[in-house]
Amino acid sequence: MYSAILLLPLIGALIAGLFGRVIGHRGAEIITTSLLLVTALLSWIAFFDVAIGGYVGKVDLLRWIDSGALEVDWSIRIDTLTVVMLVVVTSVSSLVHVYSIGYMSHDPHRARFFAYLSFFTFAMLMLVTADNFVQLFFGWEGVGLASYLLIGFWYKKPSANAAAMKAFVVNRVGDFGLILGLAAIFFTFDSLEFDAVFAAVPEIAGQTFAFASMQLDVITTICLLLFMGAMGKSAQFLLHTWLPDAMEGPTPVSALIHAATMVTAGVFLVARTSPIFEFSPDALWVVTLVGATTAFFAATVGLVQNDIKRVIAYSTCSQLGYMFVALGIGAYQIAIFHLFTHAFFKALLFLGSGSVIHAMSDEQDMRKMGGLYKMIPGTWFMMIIGTLGLTGFPYLAGYFSKDAIIEAAFMADMELAGYAFTLTVVAALFTSFYSWRLIFMTFHGDSRASNEVISHVHESPWVMLIPLIVLSAGTVLAGFPFKEFFVGYYQAEFWGDAIVNRTNIMDEFHHAPAWVVWSPFVMMTIGFATAWLFYIAKPDIPKNLAREQQPLYQFLLNKWYFDELYNLIFVRPAVWLGNFLWKKGDGFVIDGFGPNGIAARVMDVTRNVVKLQTGYVYHYAFAMLIGVAAFITYYTLMGAN
Amino acid sequence: MIAIGLGHYLTVAALLFTLGIFGIFLNRKNIIIILMSVELMLLAVNINLVAFSTQLGDLVGQIFAMIILTVAAAEAAIGLAILVVYFRNRGSIAVEDVNLMKG
Repeated sequence: MYSAILLLPLIGALIAGLFGRVIGHRGAEIITTSLLLVTALLSWIAFFDVAIGGYVGKVDLLRWIDSGALEVDWSIRIDTLTVVMLVVVTSVSSLVHVYSIGYMSHDPHRARFFAYLSFFTFAMLMLVTADNFVQLFFGWEGVGLASYLLIGFWYKKPSANAAAMKAFVVNRVGDFGLILGLAAIFFTFDSLEFDAVFAAVPEIAGQTFAFASMQLDVITTICLLLFMGAMGKSAQFLLHTWLPDAMEGPTPVSALIHAATMVTAGVFLVARTSPIFEFSPDALWVVTLVGATTAFFAATVGLVQNDIKRVIAYSTCSQLGYMFVALGIGAYQIAIFHLFTHAFFKALLFLGSGSVIHAMSDEQDMRKMGGLYKMIPGTWFMMIIGTLGLTGFPYLAGYFSKDAIIEAAFMADMELAGYAFTLTVVAALFTSFYSWRLIFMTFHGDSRASNEVISHVHESPWVMLIPLIVLSAGTVLAGFPFKEFFVGYYQAEFWGDAIVNRTNIMDEFHHAPAWVVWSPFVMMTIGFATAWLFYIAKPDIPKNLAREQQPLYQFLLNKWYFDELYNLIFVRPAVWLGNFLWKKGDGFVIDGFGPNGIAARVMDVTRNVVKLQTGYVYHYAFAMLIGVAAFITYYTLMGAN
Repeated sequence: MIAIGLGHYLTVAALLFTLGIFGIFLNRKNIIIILMSVELMLLAVNINLVAFSTQLGDLVGQIFAMIILTVAAAEAAIGLAILVVYFRNRGSIAVEDVNLMKG
């Protein structure tokens, strides 16, 4: 069964990718989608089998690498963390497949699209089922490749290509750290198997090594390198720039990237390596710092964006920050719980916004929407549910996981706890504000769209609405029934050995003071009220505010000028260096003295030699005669000796 | 009356040969003259062969001379044929114009 979960998406991807022309678009859609639905079903069975039933195991598929001390199997690690990820990935992915049948119905390259989607899912499954770091790295890179292909799916759009390359390059920065981390792990532990490494961590803890006349802690170094990979994949502060640009891909891809695959990989990596991170308080400190900063930063940027998908993209970035805060304070369970709930409402919001964009004839600017709730009530209703889930409305999914993070941040026993708590609470306020702002600007108020667009507005077909309905149900149901298992009373049995805690934060966070427990709810209400005031009651307030606070507004609108900064620091010098090496290094030196230079000298010589060929018979005869005379003279003289 | 010896024959042959060479180089007009000069050089060689043959009492030299005559005849035939075809194609057999091989 576990092999089937892993391999069915691959089979679907291969069939759709290689035989897409033979089986046609419809065939590719049906095959990949039905295989994914089967996978999702099996994953849920596995979830109950493993997480509730307590089964833990390992399925060996084949021996992959056997070279000296490096022995790597391709095997499936089965524990609670894996099956939770399996459920998230396959559920969202299968719904995205179904949704794409409707959303992509006018695209001429559907077979390719579905092949990529299934491949994306397969790569992510490889990552989450990994039993060693190499397999994890394989899945990691597979996800990177698939995201590149899907973001740049509309390859005729230059901006899509640029976004795809940006995602790929920024991810390389993180992957650089990750692969250094893997090398460090192999160097330290002589193994890349999770079990062997995790078992050996306590012995290594505290050891140091000399680097550039400093004594560095081995475990901390490994953790920070691994975290660098996680930052790249999960779009954390400083490496987040690719995530908003990834909106260039088709909307179902955004949903898949943001909810299930790709960005969750970093969170998963840290949770998976919790036995290592637990031995490095310094690394956890960094994780908390970066997570809290990201949560706050992305939320502030989300406040002023006008592209409906970008708002949700920054929201993802911010929510990932929450997850890393939870990881940093040692509450890995809560982070995975938030990942689990977040997958449902974020996929819902993205697919819902896709439905809006579909209805609005591919318009993404919220300033040109408004008053849509009467025209597409189904989408409106489901977006409301998604927003409630995201903002943490009581008893919906986000309420349990996000509030748990905030409470855990308050109760955590570390220096940054106050920082993390403050920023996450403020981010909760912003989250509520920008989420409702999105709803109000899109669905309420007066319509700002042209009459032509309005006349085309229509509710999406059922094939798109059904995934939304399922995800809405998930948003409502993902929190409460699972809460006790993920983070509550049963969490120790539920997680088993999948996650290691050395602190007892998982017990402590239940004892947060009442005002801390209530603070996210208060923030949510304030955010809602402010958004209502700004965009329904007094629509001229935001305009005046933007005018009065022009520098701040521009700062936020331009995403803290990160793109410009990176452009200045990295891109321009890189382009300059590239130009220099291209024109001077390659063009002038190598070509000049190499092939082109030699060729030019040969041409010079031959140009002169050619002049000897006059074509006149008597010149040739003369040359012959001179030659013969020279020979005779030579041999006569030499013959005499 | 001086006795005509080997030296005289060789001198005549050398003169003829030199004449042939100069015929080739100094002639700027007609390719037929070049052909004729080549014949002249061949004949000069023939005289050498026959002279040495007589001198050494070896008939092989004379047989060589016969072979060379044959070759010369064939060469003349082919050369003239080429010339005729060339003239038909290019309308001229002036040496100055025959430089298709110019690089």
